Amino acid sequence: MPDQDTLQDLVGREHAATGSDYSAGFVTDIEADTLPPGLDESVVRAISTKKEEPAWMTEWRLDAFRRWQEMHAPRWAHVRFPDIDFQAISYFSAPKGDAPKSLDEVDPELLRTYEKLGIPLHERARLAGVREEDMPEVAVDAVFDSVSVATTFKDRLADAGVVFCSMSEAIREHPELVRKYLGSVVPKPDNFYAALNSAVFSDGSFVYVPKHTRCPMELSTYFRINAENTGQFERTLIIADEGAYVSYLEGCTAPMRDENQLHAAVVELVALDDAEIKYSTVQNWYPGDDEGNGGIYNFVTKRGACLGERSKISWTQVETGSAITWKYPSVVLRGADSVGEFYSVALTRNFQQADTGTKMTHIGPRTKSTIISKGISAGRSQNSYRGRVRMNPGAKGARNYTQCDSLLIGEQCGAHTFPYIESKLPSAMVEHEATTSKVSDEQLFLCQQRGIDPEKAVSMIVNGFCRDVFRTLPMEFAVEAAKLLEVSLEGAVG
Amino acid sequence: MSLLRVDELRVDVDDKTILNGLSLAVDAGEVHAVMGPNGSGKSTFANVLAGRPGYDVTGGTIAMDGADITELAPEERSHRGLFLAFQYPVEIPGVSNMEFLKAAVDAQARIRGEDEPSAPEFIGRARDAASRLDLDVDFLKRGVNDGFSGGEKKRNEILQMLLLEPRLAVLDETDSGLDIDALQVVAAGINAFRDEGNAVVLVTHYQRLLNYVVPDRVHVLTGGRIVRSGDRSLALELEEKGYGWLDA
Ligand SMILES: Nc1ncnc2c1ncn2[C@@H]1O[C@H](COP(=O)(O)OP(=O)(O)OP(=O)(O)O)[C@@H](O)[C@H]1O
Ligand SMILES: [Mg+2]
Repeated sequence: MPDQDTLQDLVGREHAATGSDYSAGFVTDIEADTLPPGLDESVVRAISTKKEEPAWMTEWRLDAFRRWQEMHAPRWAHVRFPDIDFQAISYFSAPKGDAPKSLDEVDPELLRTYEKLGIPLHERARLAGVREEDMPEVAVDAVFDSVSVATTFKDRLADAGVVFCSMSEAIREHPELVRKYLGSVVPKPDNFYAALNSAVFSDGSFVYVPKHTRCPMELSTYFRINAENTGQFERTLIIADEGAYVSYLEGCTAPMRDENQLHAAVVELVALDDAEIKYSTVQNWYPGDDEGNGGIYNFVTKRGACLGERSKISWTQVETGSAITWKYPSVVLRGADSVGEFYSVALTRNFQQADTGTKMTHIGPRTKSTIISKGISAGRSQNSYRGRVRMNPGAKGARNYTQCDSLLIGEQCGAHTFPYIESKLPSAMVEHEATTSKVSDEQLFLCQQRGIDPEKAVSMIVNGFCRDVFRTLPMEFAVEAAKLLEVSLEGAVG
Repeated sequence: MSLLRVDELRVDVDDKTILNGLSLAVDAGEVHAVMGPNGSGKSTFANVLAGRPGYDVTGGTIAMDGADITELAPEERSHRGLFLAFQYPVEIPGVSNMEFLKAAVDAQARIRGEDEPSAPEFIGRARDAASRLDLDVDFLKRGVNDGFSGGEKKRNEILQMLLLEPRLAVLDETDSGLDIDALQVVAAGINAFRDEGNAVVLVTHYQRLLNYVVPDRVHVLTGGRIVRSGDRSLALELEEKGYGWLDA
């Protein structure tokens, strides 16, 4: 008998060992200082005390906490999950001992963890798939559960005037910048999860690039959830002063656990006149197993403010992980002639759910935004694009171009598009294009007939589908992203 | 030993019997034409040879070089040198023709334990083949069959055949929808491909192609089996009298 497998069977076929294709799923055995589960004012104070924060920061958190208590968890996204018990989560977990002063003091067990994940915590850049001599240097801030454990290349960056450190350190060392900009793009009561983050955020990265400075290397933060039953609430703030340029990348992984874990981060970007920020995310949080157990709830608020004229903020995201992804990296285009971009690849499989997209708010004249979204759904997953383009009355001559493409693999998954366009300005131009396509049995058979195995065929088709977005990633990360997609698809195609 | 040997092949589609004891043997160095009325099962036969899912093989065997391939996956048949030019080539937007061809040629090379051709070497080969088929090199950059005209798709199938150098090429109505010039170009491509070591099965409705690609044998498929075989004069006879006289 000829092989009667249709694509449907291939996609539905169970992966040999549950979750075995998630290589970052191991647990690091390290002694941790963890707060007991539960959340009240005393917990918020305890976090602030542990971080030796000034009084203004403690007050800021408490204000956020009080507002959060009056808010309700939002329900409008196209995702389904049981109510989260916020009293059952621990809000702080850090490896034991004093914070390391330099790389040499970092616990070797932690260094090994990052080594295993392919993240260089020594000051020598190395990423898989690229020859060492071809690799540009990358500075890394490594956040392990609630705290930053190491930041590399700090001295080299300091020579250029660039500040790259953990948020805790920034609160101590650069209070004037933090007070001015923290919460300026994502206000405390912006939404339920942003308010929660503002109250309990533990760590994250802080970047300041001074006037007319091109940051001499790629910056990146690597987030790792390790502890059980712990939420991760990091906070990132990036400020590009007039004429500055910075390219920043974040990566994320977590161990495989049967319980869901909450990750509720806030990222704020500020670009002044002629500044440019390029923010790339490769999100590979644990997605849960083949049956939909476990995985990270990735509820994140990311927003950039193009405050300055001719400033530019560009988000690129490659989302393959998490049980549920719920995020909309957005740009507020305030400065005249400023530019916002959003490039997204979101892959869901098994029982994953993603509701992601962007908001482009045009305020200044001649502001321009581009949205390219590529959603890929396999298995029984649900993948939604949700985007809002708003043209305010002052945005004369503003333009937006949106393209949303969905690719379906198999019969049981779903793709949804929710575009919202709000414009009363006749001079503003809004263009929207959307397509939905399927990896068909016929396409797969053509590839197989020419000798290409089905897994490789699907990965080739998916890669072709994502090309427009991969093009916007820094070269070395584009290689990583393509590989990550390939690995993620291995589970999806059997 | 025949390069292709099909014995008493029985195939159902949706519980309807389409092939009902089809037998055919093709030796290396030969070209066989398979003709027959619409819906007689020619494409079914071609697809089943290639292992396309959706067909229920209820009896009989397919062998290449004496080895039974009836149960093999499509890509395994391909690795043994079986090539199918589709009657209706499918489009794969986003994947360039060049990338697709390279992936296919690389997969074949890996199976044979050979080195994959270098990118420049391969691009050279692909361009040569394209120009032999009167296809602009731009076709190599476009998505696989994406927006190609009917005739361009057919020429693209022959392009793939020339680059993959199969042992057995099954061409399902590659001549349909071609203009007169394109027909000659495709025929020249097939003739250049022919050699002592390979074989071609041509599914066609028209004697016209057989003027350019001269077959060693001509078979008539009706009622799910080969009802008559002969030399090229059989094709001329069919052209003149149609299929009806065979029943008489
Ligand atoms: N997937 C399918 N589902 C249902 N019926 C099918 C399917 N494939 C083929 N058939 C039927 O099988 C019969 C043979 O079809 P096939 O395509 O093999 O004919 P053909 O000889 O190639 O015809 P043509 O000369 O028109 O290309 C037809 O009656 C067709 O409708
Ligand atoms: Mg046919």
